[in-house]
Amino acid sequence: MEDKVQLEVTGLVKKFGDDTILDGIDLCVHKGEVVVVLGPSGCGKSTLLRCMNGLETANEGTILLDGEEISSDGKKITQLRQKIGMVFQSYDLFPHKNIIDNITLAPVKVQKRTKKDAEEQAEKLLARVGLSEKKKAFPRELSGGQKQRVAIVRALCMKPEVMLFDEVTAALDPEMVREVLDVMLELAEQGMTMVIVTHEMQFARAIADRIVFLDNGKIVEETTPDEFFTNPKTQRAKDFLHTFAYEKRRSENNNAV
Amino acid sequence: MQGSGIEVLFLGRNFLRLLEGLWVTLRISLIAVLLSVPLGILFGMFMTIKNPITKAISRVYLECIRIMPQLVLLFIAYFGVTRAFGWNLSADISAVIVFTLWGTAEMGDLVRGALISIPKHQYDSAYALGMNKIQAFGYVVVPQTMRRLIPLTINLTTRMIKTTSLVVLIGITEVLKVGKQIIDANRFDYPTAALWVYGAIFLLYFLACWPISMLAKRLEKQWR
Ligand SMILES: Nc1ncnc2c1ncn2[C@@H]1O[C@H](COP(=O)(O)OP(=O)(O)O)[C@@H](O)[C@H]1O
Ligand SMILES: [Mg+2]
Repeated sequence: MEDKVQLEVTGLVKKFGDDTILDGIDLCVHKGEVVVVLGPSGCGKSTLLRCMNGLETANEGTILLDGEEISSDGKKITQLRQKIGMVFQSYDLFPHKNIIDNITLAPVKVQKRTKKDAEEQAEKLLARVGLSEKKKAFPRELSGGQKQRVAIVRALCMKPEVMLFDEVTAALDPEMVREVLDVMLELAEQGMTMVIVTHEMQFARAIADRIVFLDNGKIVEETTPDEFFTNPKTQRAKDFLHTFAYEKRRSENNNAV
Repeated sequence: MQGSGIEVLFLGRNFLRLLEGLWVTLRISLIAVLLSVPLGILFGMFMTIKNPITKAISRVYLECIRIMPQLVLLFIAYFGVTRAFGWNLSADISAVIVFTLWGTAEMGDLVRGALISIPKHQYDSAYALGMNKIQAFGYVVVPQTMRRLIPLTINLTTRMIKTTSLVVLIGITEVLKVGKQIIDANRFDYPTAALWVYGAIFLLYFLACWPISMLAKRLEKQWR
């Protein structure tokens, strides 16, 4: 992790109609840093990520990538988005294209790279996630975990500077969660700047440099993972962590008896 | 010479006349389809615009065309419009106009259905990869709607071919009318002419529509 600020969110306000979903978010992500955003369902985590790459337009505040402002107007936003990869919960690969074409579509059509160059990189990335032999397969022939790994590769093939992950394992069968999280752990080790929304608490603790806890549209706690999981400051963070701790509470009770 | 009566089909130019009669409606259908497809694509895109005014306009158009029997539309176009405005629309032109209006409405509805069936996330992931709206539409949305639309468009074509037989009622001599003429002319010599003539017409329609339906089925299977 370096000192250079990669992504800077200042005073972000986002409303849907009369509902204020994000109410003044300030967040700074440094180059090579992994920030995990936690919070109860519906607190605006997805909306925050979608604002970060201009899929939603902020009502107030600024978002800077490398010092350039992200607003949702025309040509500039498509250039900025090439530097921000995003992977969604529903692994929306393009069903009419095979795996290799899914991955190379944007590098060729958007970045105007040669087909050969894009395919070489795609094959390297597919090898890294263990899916080389699937390159001619169609999305419908892949399992959920495989599709999600391809979706990550598809984003990486654009050579992004930042990766956003929005609950990428939430729609997967439990036995497939691990294979996707491992890919993300490896990415983090290689120094990718990442903002991750997840409900996998152990994973969050393992991968995060910093935890940001969001509730009611505000950041209510921002700290190291160890501090957050062992010694949360706010009652809301405590309540939130309790919802993941059934087994632990029961064994504590047993000890007490 | 009282055989089965099938000879009536091959008397003089009879069979050729039946074919010519079929061609009259096929030609109207094909012209109407060729016009309806591009217009329908535009209309379908128009229908997906999220604006109450454009929505109301397209809804009224679609409902009017759908509620009115095609026959009424034909009468309005051929007799009504000609009288009211003094335009001299030929029966053929009136038929092409009516079936194009109808085909555009039907095609538009198919296109709208195909467009809204593309999940929002397909757009999101296209945009997230840096595509602009045109690229997302061209590389992601259109190819996916095409595979849905081609079989549906082919079915619309066969429906069009069958429905255009209505033009006989605005005085166009199409295959059924020719058939009737042949039957009437040979009523005395060939009492069974009706059976053979209508049988032949059935076969001709079948031969015109069957390959098209088969193509639709195959494409549907291939692209499921
Ligand atoms: N496009 C939208 N239109 C209206 N409301 C929305 C839209 N997207 C999200 N919301 C609302 O914003 C709130 C936060 O949503 P979201 O960011 O998806 O939460 P999270 O990802 O933390 O579960 C929810 O109450 C949701 O209903
Ligand atoms: Mg969410």
